[in-house]
Amino acid sequence: MAYSEQVIDHYENPRNVGTLDTDAANVGTGMVGAPACGDVMRLQIQVDEQGVIEDARFKTYGCGSAIASSSLLTEWVKGKTLEQAREIKNTDIVEELALPPVKIHCSVLAEDAIKAAITDLQNKQA
Amino acid sequence: MKLPVYLDYSATTPIDPRVAAKMCECLTLDGDFGNPASRSHAFGWNAEQRVEQARAQVAALLNANSKEIVWTSGATESDNLALKGAAHFYQKKGRHIVTVKTEHKAVLDTCRQLEREGYVVTYLDVQPDGLIDADVFRAALRDDTILASVMHVNNEIGVIQDIDTLGTLCRERGVLFHVDAAQSPGKVALDLQKTPVDLMSLSAHKVYGPKGIGALYVRRKPRVRIEAQIHGGGHERGMRSGTLPTHQIVGMGEAFHLAKAEMAEENVRLHALRDKLYNGLKDLEEVYVNGDLQRRIAGNLNISFNYVEGESLMMALKDMAVSSGSACTSASLEPSYVLRALGRDDELAHSSIRFTLGRFTTEADVDAVLQQIHTQVVRLRELSPLWDMYKAGIDLKSVQWAAH
Repeated sequence: MAYSEQVIDHYENPRNVGTLDTDAANVGTGMVGAPACGDVMRLQIQVDEQGVIEDARFKTYGCGSAIASSSLLTEWVKGKTLEQAREIKNTDIVEELALPPVKIHCSVLAEDAIKAAITDLQNKQA
Repeated sequence: MKLPVYLDYSATTPIDPRVAAKMCECLTLDGDFGNPASRSHAFGWNAEQRVEQARAQVAALLNANSKEIVWTSGATESDNLALKGAAHFYQKKGRHIVTVKTEHKAVLDTCRQLEREGYVVTYLDVQPDGLIDADVFRAALRDDTILASVMHVNNEIGVIQDIDTLGTLCRERGVLFHVDAAQSPGKVALDLQKTPVDLMSLSAHKVYGPKGIGALYVRRKPRVRIEAQIHGGGHERGMRSGTLPTHQIVGMGEAFHLAKAEMAEENVRLHALRDKLYNGLKDLEEVYVNGDLQRRIAGNLNISFNYVEGESLMMALKDMAVSSGSACTSASLEPSYVLRALGRDDELAHSSIRFTLGRFTTEADVDAVLQQIHTQVVRLRELSPLWDMYKAGIDLKSVQWAAH
């Protein structure tokens, strides 16, 4: 199976790899997937005082498409409010990365990851 | 060095140029293109002579008789013919078959079909090193067992089963013994005068011959009977009809001839290359060899790089052709059933890479692989949340994962 140029670009030059302070009040962390299934994503967002996402980081254990999906998502969420970030659909990722059907679960995982991060942050701030 | 580097010799091999040259002699008008079954002219006689020479070459590698070699389209067909052919012929004797969980799908799926036909199949576990416990095997043989099927060399982890011992156990119980030896020729010495095997499946394309040709060894003393699965002109003494593909057969014969002549020297060379590869990887933290490292063919290294997913690592090894037990490389999204049968955690199966070295692998190839793997494993671990957790001393088994 050949990878799309977009997947290869994100895989070879992943954006926003790293870790934010999990304990910080303005940081939300979402970790989804399972090692036994072959992919685990950790996505973190940091919001400013207006509730706008000012930074996002990820680390992913998984195939190239999983890495690319999470890398892309960190780019997309920056500058968005939590509500806007929650709107992102896995199909947007599929389209942008030209993922084949067998890799759609990677985009689903990325959507789950950002939702989990937002929920984590909202729980902290509630 | 030629890029990309091919390190997937257990998937298939390129045809040796010496083999290709022989095959080309049997294709065109000025060559031996005739139908070996044509009895009325020299075109047929010459082709037949070629086919019989190849049959002798294949038999020689096994130390068997030419008359015990039946041409097929490959090891998958040989496995089908052996299992279905013997099961059907001996069904009045019993309907129980013994095989092993790490067999190739050509055997496992054929057994599934036989189950649908009313046969009962026992699928044995292997030990964590991939080898069969002879006592477990012995205990599985029953009074109504007609056939046992065990692969000689495993295609994924390269371990070599002790077919002498297992075959002897079958003889004692009057059970036919089939061996899938698709991965053995040229890698492990075979001597069917000594080893009690009744049926043996062989392939050409794993040993520098062409795809689309294989053989089934069918023992004559004591005589083994099989029911044909493909009917037609009664070729191959009725066991497998179909016009013999002279060029393919000649290719297989030459490939087996070369394998026999060069095996001893080639194994020493491959062993040294494999050791170099392993020694260059074992110092990376958290790497695990899958399967026993000693009882294994010289050219195989199946190794898991924990916390790095196999497909992503293969993607990183851009100029390397290797394979992985990762789910992502299979249509089913299931990790390798062979590695799971060893009792490996799924995550280690997802993180496995199979390197198989062969006749055209050079030391420069191995150097290039080592350099790339080191760079990429470090890079991908930097990307891996699991590596973070491992480094932070978190036991991954204690984490509640949301399976999906």
